[in-house]
Amino acid sequence: MAQHSRKGAQFQALTANRLDDGIVVYLTADNRWSESLQDADIAEGKEAGEALLGRAQGSVDDNTIVEPYLFEVAREENGIRAASVRETIRQAGPTVRLDLGKQAELPGVHR
Amino acid sequence: MQLIRNGKFVADDFAAVGDEDALPEGAVIVSLERWQKDRDALTARNTPLGVRLKSGQEPSVIADDLDKLTVVALEFPAYRNGRAYSYARLLRERYGYNGEVRAVGNVLRDQFHFMVRCGFDALEVADNITPEIYAENVAVFSHSYQAATDEREPVLSLRQRLAARAATREAV
Amino acid sequence: MYRYDEFDQQLVNERVAQFRGQVSRRLSGELTEDEFKPLRLMNGVYLQLHAYMLRIAIPYGTLSSKQLRMLAHIGRKYDRGYGHFTTRQNLQFNWPALKDTPDILRDLATVEMHAIQTSGNCIRNVTSDQYAGAAKDEIEDPRIVSEIIRQWSTFHPEFSFLPRKFKIAVSGTPDDRAAIRVHDIGIQIVQDDKGAIGYEVYVGGGLGRTPMIGKKIADFVPKEDLLAYLEAIMRVYNMYGRRDNIYKARIKILVHEIGAEEMKRQVDAEFAEIRKTGALHLPAEEVARIQAYFAPPAYETLPDESTELNKAIVADPDFANWVKSNVATHKVPGYAIVNISLKPIGGTPGDCSSDQMDAVADIAEKYSFDELRVTHEQNLTLADVRKKDLPAVHAALRAADLATANINLITDQITCPGLDYCALANARSIPLAQQISERFSDLDRQHDIGELKINTSGCINACGHHHVGHIGILGVDKKGVEYYQVTLGGAADEKTAIGDIVGPAFTEDQIVDAIETIVTTYLGLRQPGERFIDTYRRTGIDPFKESLYATH
Repeated sequence: MAQHSRKGAQFQALTANRLDDGIVVYLTADNRWSESLQDADIAEGKEAGEALLGRAQGSVDDNTIVEPYLFEVAREENGIRAASVRETIRQAGPTVRLDLGKQAELPGVHR
Repeated sequence: MQLIRNGKFVADDFAAVGDEDALPEGAVIVSLERWQKDRDALTARNTPLGVRLKSGQEPSVIADDLDKLTVVALEFPAYRNGRAYSYARLLRERYGYNGEVRAVGNVLRDQFHFMVRCGFDALEVADNITPEIYAENVAVFSHSYQAATDEREPVLSLRQRLAARAATREAV
Repeated sequence: MYRYDEFDQQLVNERVAQFRGQVSRRLSGELTEDEFKPLRLMNGVYLQLHAYMLRIAIPYGTLSSKQLRMLAHIGRKYDRGYGHFTTRQNLQFNWPALKDTPDILRDLATVEMHAIQTSGNCIRNVTSDQYAGAAKDEIEDPRIVSEIIRQWSTFHPEFSFLPRKFKIAVSGTPDDRAAIRVHDIGIQIVQDDKGAIGYEVYVGGGLGRTPMIGKKIADFVPKEDLLAYLEAIMRVYNMYGRRDNIYKARIKILVHEIGAEEMKRQVDAEFAEIRKTGALHLPAEEVARIQAYFAPPAYETLPDESTELNKAIVADPDFANWVKSNVATHKVPGYAIVNISLKPIGGTPGDCSSDQMDAVADIAEKYSFDELRVTHEQNLTLADVRKKDLPAVHAALRAADLATANINLITDQITCPGLDYCALANARSIPLAQQISERFSDLDRQHDIGELKINTSGCINACGHHHVGHIGILGVDKKGVEYYQVTLGGAADEKTAIGDIVGPAFTEDQIVDAIETIVTTYLGLRQPGERFIDTYRRTGIDPFKESLYATH
């Protein structure tokens, strides 16, 4: 399983890819899968992170999603932000095709 | 675990025996180490005998013993480890072994076709494999480009025969 | 080019049916992801950063116009209107849905294409010279042997679960455009003093984490024995290649550990045994059958000089520049080889839109016998264009935004997808290539700098061939921040060399300036007629080190 969260990260969200079309999704507080990071449930601390990962297992088992993993986020004034370049790109789309991916509807996400 | 021998689901008439186990009556398959240690005792039993080779134990180490062996079992420690395909071909093509070559370990349905082509005539498969699944996977491709251990005529020689036939027809 | 017969077609059709079954078993949950992953990988389906990625095989880089139109169609119907040409002369789509992949493969099969063995630990797409059949100094057309190897390696029952992936490249000319010395097996077509054609064989080259240059283990393998010889190499590798550590599993590590001489001894011994059986003896009839598909097209008898061409060169400086960099010498009088750059200034190296694919297909149909090639440097080639048609070809390419005049110049860079697309990457590589391209966009300056290859990879796996770039750039991750390490002096041609690391890595903000410093240093050092690589080979790394780090 992918390891993309920094050890000791305070806030984490959970991402995966949808099985049938591969699209990036995030686990929400009410256990849905949203295409927007802004809908993601945020876990604070290690234990809450593990609990979040545990909640994804059902969707692995029923073949909704694949390859779930935790990654570090920060809460900011204008919403949730991924901590790494990688997860920012994953959330929004390739930085070299601003017309593609979710960034087409999210101007300014790549700073 | 089930045994498919020459395409038929059969009861396994060989007992797999661990290195420390007492030898049961009847046919057994033992490790290479046990065979090398107890060769005389095992041969004297006069019952069918098999040796199991792990990945890394090349068939050359038993090349001189093959006339005493009814089965050579080749282990696939993981589906990704394809070393035993070469071992099977060497047993058949280099050492002329005519006994049973059995695939054991991680034997996936998607590999049946390749295994049979390399000279395996017995496969130890998972319990969910049915005769239909076996038949479908072993015959997944009607033709093969390359010659291997099996009797399949490679595409290259099929083409030559077709061309020869066409030439004869034209001549007539 | 090669055309499928009933056997080739049936095999590809059966593969589509098999994969359709596997995808449906996965979607229904009958297969878990762990079980399905190796199966999808065997059909070129990866899960990348944003979505699935499908890699389609383009055998030795040869395409018909019809095939390219199908790729354009797939890009529009199932993807987002573009594809990406790779250093294995293949094409990748970045956004297909898993549930659509069986239909994509079905569509591909209608034009004799597939995604077989574009991933997994098997023998991958054979690559070759994009000038095959048209190069002046060619000993034999490398596509013939490439096609023979393609068929032999397809669904090879013994070699589908090797310790690691396996790449073969073939060159038919002494000038190596196929980078054969950085392949697991490199084949150089040679001719002996009696005129017989055979193969010089290199083994154990490769890039990635541990770059190595291939070692020559055969001077002359006779034509009829090539498959027996290859099977001998593969068997030695399958039996003795390491399986305990994925980073040490390539054949280059085996060759390095036992030595080239011992490798040669083992291969020769195995070859002698295989040869005895005669099973892999290549019949002259089959070679002739395949050779016939690569017979020269119906060239016209033309004067070598074209007045139309000469007039256009004088009249249009843009055209003249394009001819200077993108057009190469053809073996037939009155013909030329046209390279189409997929490296527009500020663009993504290797990307091509569906509309552009359609445009190139039309141009190839009209002006180059309905065929084209993909190069391992991520460009396209029209191999057989009449010189008098060059102005029309240029105009048509310009209309499709494909007339960038920069082949082999500093802005003609090899670049992997990097962190913008790839799940394995540590850093972005495309934006870097774009910035470099913009910095050096002035064409006069590019011509003044001359031949210079900048290769960029976004991680140590080296898909961007950074080790063999004259200037190589490797993206690394330091605590979530992108850094770039620079190597100098690499080359992938007949004088293959692995680049030397110049010093500590640069930040994203420093790297383009650093490249400019390297170029300026070269311009100050060069002697008349020297390319960057020549100067580097003469002076070594020190003057570059000094100008890069002394001033900081």
